[in-house]
Amino acid sequence: MARPPSRRPGVNRKAQYSLFASYVAALTGAAVGLLLVAIAIFDPTGFVALRTLTAELTRPASSGLRNMMSGIGSVDEVLAAYWRAGSQNIALRRQVEAERNRVIEAKAIAQENMRLKKLLKLVDDDQSDLLTARLISSSSSSARRFARLNAGRWQGVRTGMPVRAAEGLVGRVYSTTPNTADVLLLTDTANIVPVRRANDSVPAISTGAGDGSVEIRALSAGRNPFQPGDLLVTSGVGGIYQPNIPVAVVVRIQGEVAWGFPLANPSRIDAVVVERAFEEVVTRSDAAGPASGGGQPPAVDASAP
Amino acid sequence: MIDPHLRHVPRLGKHPSRFRLAGTPIVTVLIGSMATALPVIAQSPVMPQFGLLLLLSWRLLRPEMWRPWVGVPLGLFDDMLSGQPIGSAMCLWTIALIGIDAIEHRLVWRSYRQDWLIACLAIIICSVVGWFFARITGGGNVSFWLITPQMVWTILLFPFVVRQCARIDRWRVMA
Repeated sequence: MARPPSRRPGVNRKAQYSLFASYVAALTGAAVGLLLVAIAIFDPTGFVALRTLTAELTRPASSGLRNMMSGIGSVDEVLAAYWRAGSQNIALRRQVEAERNRVIEAKAIAQENMRLKKLLKLVDDDQSDLLTARLISSSSSSARRFARLNAGRWQGVRTGMPVRAAEGLVGRVYSTTPNTADVLLLTDTANIVPVRRANDSVPAISTGAGDGSVEIRALSAGRNPFQPGDLLVTSGVGGIYQPNIPVAVVVRIQGEVAWGFPLANPSRIDAVVVERAFEEVVTRSDAAGPASGGGQPPAVDASAP
Repeated sequence: MIDPHLRHVPRLGKHPSRFRLAGTPIVTVLIGSMATALPVIAQSPVMPQFGLLLLLSWRLLRPEMWRPWVGVPLGLFDDMLSGQPIGSAMCLWTIALIGIDAIEHRLVWRSYRQDWLIACLAIIICSVVGWFFARITGGGNVSFWLITPQMVWTILLFPFVVRQCARIDRWRVMA
């Protein structure tokens, strides 16, 4: 192919100016874009309101497709289940037999627990769950890890609320629009969660690696206390996440860092639960007791420490 | 109608509507940007950048159609959907279009292979700088190797997308 017809407009003054103006407009636009990125360094959620339009527009399509897709996504699991189904069946049945006693014991302990709490007059009504919704799409072409939730400000979702599934923690709400919310997934590099080992409470920090795994660093000095197979749960430090939400399981040790995989895989879970921030729940129950004067005291309590 | 294929043959005195002529490429790029609305909850950047691919395909197929400022609104729309910081594609797409203009002035003879090479360069620059923008605005340490598969797929997908664009283009200009 020969070169395309030249864009140089010759002696026509009007065409010359128009071409010049188009380049000026393009360069200005590019500069504005750069400026917006520079602003985002200091204020990451500043212009997120611009996303409202597209988020609301694509929501019906995404949620509709999600409903259709939820069956297709697990086809491989269904097929894999047929592989050695017989021996697996026997093994599982034995396991159920063994677990049954455990379940009965656990039920008894739960009852005893409840009785003891009543004795102590501890109020344990769980006000943390806000609503259940679905993840409908994600930032699949970007290096950041966001998922879009099918519920937003009008449903009561607020920035900073933790999002979890039955299997474990999913992330926290990053920004909201009237009917959708962006969830910063556990695996995003900006998402830092205070965790502890489930069996002996060794404190650690979990940071996303951006590729579906999380990086876990122990807070204690000395050698790495983690072993592959360790289970990590949230510690409740920081006031966002409730304590004891399962987070990840350690799979590999590398020097001072342990690598883990989140227990809740966002691409497989069907529905997620949006919870109120832990601190909000705690301060509210405090306020209900001594200071029932008005709506202001809890906010003061929250900012005091 | 004797032959169904005759539908797309231009007939005397008929012209495609202005919306079809000017709007089709814009709409296809917008639809390409909307690929992230698919219900895939990705764990890493796996989706090729269809918006960028379609923009480059149209630009290289039809050099006279767009002025470079078209990258500003199209990029803004892509930013609103992609999860990148707002302004990222707005800046990068416009610079890519200006760069292609500059290359075109110098390159005397250009064929399909040179087109692919130009698109390849543009995709690499947009991906790498986009990764850099995501890194400086997001905090944390996003590994560079995370975006390489996406970059390779996007480059390899270019011939296919440019062909589909040519097919749409044939429909676009024929009444």
